[in-house]
Parts: sequence; C-alpha cells; structure tokens
Amino acid sequence: MRLEYFKMIDEVLALSTDEQSLVARSKVPRKSPVFEGHFPGYPLMPGVLLIEAMAQASGFLIMALNEFSLLPLLISVDEAKLRKPVEPESELIIEAWVEHAGSGFSVMKAQVLHDGSQACKGTIKMKTMPFPNEELHRHIMTSAEDAGLLALEV
Amino acid sequence: MEVEGAMSSTFHSVAEIIADTGQIPFEEITPDSHTINDLEIDSLDFLDIVFAIDKTFGIKIPLETWTKDINEGQASSDKYFIMSNLCARVDELIAAKAA
Repeated sequence: MRLEYFKMIDEVLALSTDEQSLVARSKVPRKSPVFEGHFPGYPLMPGVLLIEAMAQASGFLIMALNEFSLLPLLISVDEAKLRKPVEPESELIIEAWVEHAGSGFSVMKAQVLHDGSQACKGTIKMKTMPFPNEELHRHIMTSAEDAGLLALEV
Repeated sequence: MEVEGAMSSTFHSVAEIIADTGQIPFEEITPDSHTINDLEIDSLDFLDIVFAIDKTFGIKIPLETWTKDINEGQASSDKYFIMSNLCARVDELIAAKAA
C-alpha cells in the first residue's frame, strides 16, 4: 500500500469470473504521512482508506469482468461497518464480489479481513463508463499488471 | 387513473420501491407521475431504484440503452420515466425473460 498515492491493492491473489469474485492482499505501511495526522502518537489506518481498498478491489473485479473496457467509479457506499482498528504493518485480505451487475452500474459486496476476522465490510456501488482518455487506461492496465491481475485473467 | 391487471401489480411494486428509496409518500405516486420531473428522483437514487426493480423482478433494466435513446433523440424521456410507461417496460422485460 502507498496510502498517499491511493495505491491500496498490493497483489490480486485470486479472480473467479464464474463466481464474479476477487481476493487481494495488502500490507499497511509502517510509515506514511497519513499517520502523522491519523493519529499523532497512535497511528491507525483511516477507515475511509479501508473503504477505498474495498472500492479498488471492486473496481479491479468489474474491470476484469469487462475486459478492462470500462472505468468503474465509486458512487455510493452503503452499510459500511468498521469493526476494529487497523495498525501499521497489518497484513490485510480484501475480498470483493458482485451482488448485481446492472446496466451501467454494479452493486458489489466487499470486506477487509485482518488476522482472520473482519475489519471492515460494506456495499459498494459503482457506475461504469468508457475510459475518458488513453493515459488513464494505460495507467490502470499498468496497475493491474503490477498487482498480478492480468496474469490471473481467464 | 385506474391501473389494471398485471400492470396493477407491477405498478404497486414499483411505486413501493420508489416510495421507499426516494422517501416519497406512496399516495403521491400515480401512473402519470414522471419519475424525474414530477417525483424529482435524481440519477443516483434512480440507480438504487433500478437495482431494486432488477432484484425484485429478476430482470436487467437496460438503463444505458434508454439513456442513449433519449440523448440521441430516438425516444422521449416519457417513454421510460412516466410511471405507467416504466411499468410497461418492466412488464415487457418480465415477459421477455419468461419467453
């Protein structure tokens, strides 16, 4: 993870197009400017960034299911629960799966696991649209490759 | 306006979804109501409504196609967003699924 760059997914471990699900892992960094403010003397992973991690895992899944032809954008977070504090150097498993694939939008379920128990969960809604430019598409493809997602594609 | 037969059932279900999602009094929703112009449902809430309709009826409302039709002048928004027409479109999708 590189929190200040919103890079929340280190590696995609599994992708199932049949079950429309994805599993990723990430390690919270030991140091980050984010922890200077959140919180001084008691560094904790901000809950909104755990939600962002779920959104990015959901986004990777939607893109993989659509051959990277569509850009997913977060439009709503429902029923989010942040169940326990997540500290620097924590190893996280992020899971996302499709609840409903609508026309131009997807409803996703996601959770973050830490030490085998749920740290965060929520329902993520994303709308999909064509990539606005080639630069962003290239960047996304590089990120997907770096995370190992392209090697998992079937 | 009276709503009859299968449309009555669809109308009741869709109106309930809209009332619940849009926090609109059920009795204010009529077959003539335009979901956007009269009921003032915004695009984000409308996606929630489409999601609920999709799930309730086991269909997939082709919202992208509808939007394209309207934007390209192929159809008026009334065709899809007036309640009686929206419910007719839902009934068509249910029938197509059953065929």
